[in-house]
Amino acid sequence: MIDFVMIWAVIIAFGVIMYVLMDGFDLGVGILYPFAPNETSRDVMMNTVAPVWDGNETWLVLGGAGLLGAFPLVYSVLLPALYLGVFLLLAGLIFRGVAFEFRFKATPKTKKYWSAAFAGGSTVAALAQGIVVGAYIQGFATENKVYVGGALDWLTPFSVMTGVGLVLGYALLGSTWLIMKTEGEIQDWAYRLTPKLLAAVLFIFVVIGIWTPLVDQFVRDRWFSNIFSIWLLPAGALLSAFVILRAVRNRSEGTPFVATMTLFIFTYLGLLASKWPYVVPPDYTLYDAASARESQLFLLIGVLFVIPVVLGYTAWTYWVFRGKVRAGEGYH
Amino acid sequence: MELDPLLISRIQFAFVVSFHAIFPVFTIGLASYIALLESLHFKTNNPQWAQLSRFWTKVFAVTFGMGVVSGIVMSFQFGTNWSNFSWMSANFLGPILSYEVVTAFFLEAAFLGVLLFGRDKVPKGTHLFAALMVALGTFISSFWILVANSWMHTPAGVEFQDGILHVRSWGEAIFNPSFPYRFAHMAVASFLTGAFVVAGVSAWYLMKQHQVEVNRRALSMCLWLILILAPAQAVIGDFHGLNTLEYQPVKVAAMEGNWETQSNVPLLLFALPDQAAQTNRFEIGIPNLASIILTHSADGVVPGISDTPVEEQPPVAIVFWSFRIMVGIGLLMIAVALWGLVLRMRGQLYKPGLFHRILPLMIATPFIAVIAGWFTTEVGRSPWLVHGMISLTEGLTPSLTGGMALATLIGYMSVYAVVYSAGGYYIWRLVMGGMDEGDSKDSHSNTAESGAHAKRPLSAGGPITQGSPASPIKGDWS
Repeated sequence: MIDFVMIWAVIIAFGVIMYVLMDGFDLGVGILYPFAPNETSRDVMMNTVAPVWDGNETWLVLGGAGLLGAFPLVYSVLLPALYLGVFLLLAGLIFRGVAFEFRFKATPKTKKYWSAAFAGGSTVAALAQGIVVGAYIQGFATENKVYVGGALDWLTPFSVMTGVGLVLGYALLGSTWLIMKTEGEIQDWAYRLTPKLLAAVLFIFVVIGIWTPLVDQFVRDRWFSNIFSIWLLPAGALLSAFVILRAVRNRSEGTPFVATMTLFIFTYLGLLASKWPYVVPPDYTLYDAASARESQLFLLIGVLFVIPVVLGYTAWTYWVFRGKVRAGEGYH
Repeated sequence: MELDPLLISRIQFAFVVSFHAIFPVFTIGLASYIALLESLHFKTNNPQWAQLSRFWTKVFAVTFGMGVVSGIVMSFQFGTNWSNFSWMSANFLGPILSYEVVTAFFLEAAFLGVLLFGRDKVPKGTHLFAALMVALGTFISSFWILVANSWMHTPAGVEFQDGILHVRSWGEAIFNPSFPYRFAHMAVASFLTGAFVVAGVSAWYLMKQHQVEVNRRALSMCLWLILILAPAQAVIGDFHGLNTLEYQPVKVAAMEGNWETQSNVPLLLFALPDQAAQTNRFEIGIPNLASIILTHSADGVVPGISDTPVEEQPPVAIVFWSFRIMVGIGLLMIAVALWGLVLRMRGQLYKPGLFHRILPLMIATPFIAVIAGWFTTEVGRSPWLVHGMISLTEGLTPSLTGGMALATLIGYMSVYAVVYSAGGYYIWRLVMGGMDEGDSKDSHSNTAESGAHAKRPLSAGGPITQGSPASPIKGDWS
């Protein structure tokens, strides 16, 4: 019998990393907003992501709906457990989402408020997502498949650290995206910024690497058991970091962004490998969390046909909007 | 005072869904309108269609953005406040909502980018294709979400096994008994909403003598559509009501304010339902009419609210009055449509007058009607989340405290107050700013630009200049 649970684990894992990479760079552009050289560059920065941000964020909605469809226990435990954090995430996404249209409609006087909403919303959303990662590593208090912990269990020094880590990581995605999509002043600025962000990301990476096995027995056992291949994943992440650094020195335009994505992918695979097969740690595995077999099958049939089509036209829109974005162009 | 997480969660859901609902109903209608305009432009090469399309696409962009972000909130509400409901119904609702995302949301989002930003970057036919895909996406989306919603009213094709629902027949569950009626009712409501907004704005522009020719076209198109759809909606609504009578009789009883099962039930125009006393005070009604509408016979028997135990009754006053608001607006729409027809036959449709002052005011009515209708059907389902299967109490998140629910309720209200008043204001200014000139081919890539480097023939906040030498801007309708 085909193991649908495993297939769905791959699909959801794919959806999550798609979200992280795609909304990651456009949230990152928002996080970098306050530090931009000037207001004209802010217009350009926003225009590099304006045609695609909505599609990028749709992967988050897919994450929510897909979990409900394939692993409903994750949905029904994590959302109550992260209740107030989810609100912060959504509030952040709301402000930065509407800022795209509102900022260009605003008068010069009020424009700065929507710049602030874009920056603040992006940063809060990224922070909240990073905190979710930390909370997930810490695990959730459950009884009979129901969350029984408190309202603020997710908020710990550890989860704040992972939150800051993701803010910096998204900022790195944003700055390497800008290297690829802009030129002149903004690109120079992004080239200067990238090594600093990379250093900060690596610092957090090391701190979390040391901290995680200290707070989590399961991860400690996993890392220091005899599965040595798991160490290839952080090694791959460090190699990506090296590639980014070298590419920035050579002033390559596309490589820094691609290498930042591989840095994320290796880190993400490392996280999955550390927790496997637990999706609602510490108690429930993928199989405990899965929906009924007939539901997974019903959804699978459609998804296998539709997702390639979605990837196809998504790639096409990126193709339509390829190339450098310049000042004064690009808005409808 | 103990805060009740159930009550606050219900208020929160009603709040976020009401705010969300007004955007899709508008964008579904408007997306089709834009697709039509783009098609006409493609076929005839008449720049007026492009001019209309450009203007309404700008309005669409602002509205759609607000719809997207309020929609993301919706996709997490089920989990945050109704986690037990999510867990129990996930085997059906999970795949359905996932299908909505993969078949509709991605389509809308990807092609919206091309529709808004790609006019200069893709061939004309591709741009039209993008407009069609956005419109198609909005429809597919409404299909799935109404499957989910209808199933919660008239669940079918599922059974309980170990405390959670399992799907036994996907066909029965998806095409559940109330789905066709609800889908038709909402689709028509969306078209009416789009039509009334476009008609209202066009009429206002005609009053101001602004871009007269294109706005005549737009007004005429919308009024034809309203003339057909407003009466059609009454018929569809009637069928929907008969379906509800079969599957959720207590909801219909509450809509009619009919407490006892009886024949010769009057259609109440006014009443003050008193749930404690299980009766109405101050009834004013038309004898036998409710029986005639619901059973097509004056002495037809209509079920009463009191047949259901008090604790399983919906709050009657809310259902009763929101239903009346919806129907009242529906009748008003039919009246406006007929008025337009009379003016058209007399050749006075484009002559600014009272009709053109009323139409801008009518813009609010479809939105109010949609929310009122939504309240009628949703409140009428209580105390159930999934009718007869999962109650509101059972569905609530167990770990949720009243304080947490209240904190996020206040949070959402504050966020929405800021965001949606700003959005409303920007749309208002967009409309006040008027349309671009039809033939300025490059205007769309310049307008709404940051100002510093773009020449703006008409800034979003600027005065209406084209063709309106004497028009003051500050909403002076005198």
